Amino acid sequence: MTTAADHIDPAVRAEALASLLIERGLVDEAVMDNFIKTYEQSVGPMNGAKVVARAWTDPEYRGRLLADGTAAIAELGFKGPQGEHIVVLENTPDTHHVVVCTLCSCYPWPVLGLPPSWYKDPSYRSRIVREPRAVLAEFGLELGEDVAIRVFDSSSEVRYMVLPRRPAGTEGLSEEELAALVTRDAMVGVAEVAAP
Amino acid sequence: MSDPRGHADAAYLLDTSGPAAPPRDNGELVFGAPWESKAFGLALALTDAGLIDWEDFRQALIGEIGAWEAAHPTGAGWSYYDCWLRSLERVANAKGLVETGAVAARAAQLAALPPGHDHDAHDGHGGHDGHTHPS
Repeated sequence: MTTAADHIDPAVRAEALASLLIERGLVDEAVMDNFIKTYEQSVGPMNGAKVVARAWTDPEYRGRLLADGTAAIAELGFKGPQGEHIVVLENTPDTHHVVVCTLCSCYPWPVLGLPPSWYKDPSYRSRIVREPRAVLAEFGLELGEDVAIRVFDSSSEVRYMVLPRRPAGTEGLSEEELAALVTRDAMVGVAEVAAP
Repeated sequence: MSDPRGHADAAYLLDTSGPAAPPRDNGELVFGAPWESKAFGLALALTDAGLIDWEDFRQALIGEIGAWEAAHPTGAGWSYYDCWLRSLERVANAKGLVETGAVAARAAQLAALPPGHDHDAHDGHGGHDGHTHPS
């Protein structure tokens, strides 16, 4: 299914599509720019980090988060597109979770923002399912053979987020200090949270 | 590429070792070029306005990505947002918003503009070649 437009640089095609949609009054440029700005500057893994830190310090919140991720995340003010059905997967000493979208790039935007390039890459999307232990090792995460790895594939509805294990030696830290330790990669499941 | 950590640039390393920070603060660019952010913003704006259905768009994206992967077994030349843009063109055409021919005609018109004209066509040739957004 090849059209003439297929051979034109995507930068020009994007500009052409945008200019037509705006001229026809179908897209409001201010609305478009606001979406871009929001996901470039305001929505990102710092949201998810606050959710994780709250779950580490408040057992009741942790319970609500695991029971209904979307509702518990909304308690902290995080909601929006791609966040309608968030399921939180809790890592334990025995079980490690890692998230992928094998078909496209589904990702829990309200808590993690837009996905990094490697998450969208064909290589990650196919290999993490076939050989998760090897791929995690390439990310620098060497898990013991006694730790089960469970790979969760996002679907049309569900978006997964990993609740990483709280590192040892962080008992005295505040919720804010804990949030600063939590990385995006830990919430996708390709890393653990390191002790400070 | 065969290695998911094949992004051995400073931004990537900084991001994996540092705390979860706003995308622009941790050194990672959300978009590799201005046209990628435009393609992203258009899809959200059309969905927000109720003119396209996100699930239709997602299905089109799955189709484009699958077709690209089938045609490029080595993965060389991968551009996620190129697939995204093609999906958006397809859905916009199917919804009767913008005909594919109109996009091609406008693109040809824009491509013929003299260098220095203010549009995004001068950025993003090949994507990740060091362009950043104006801040």
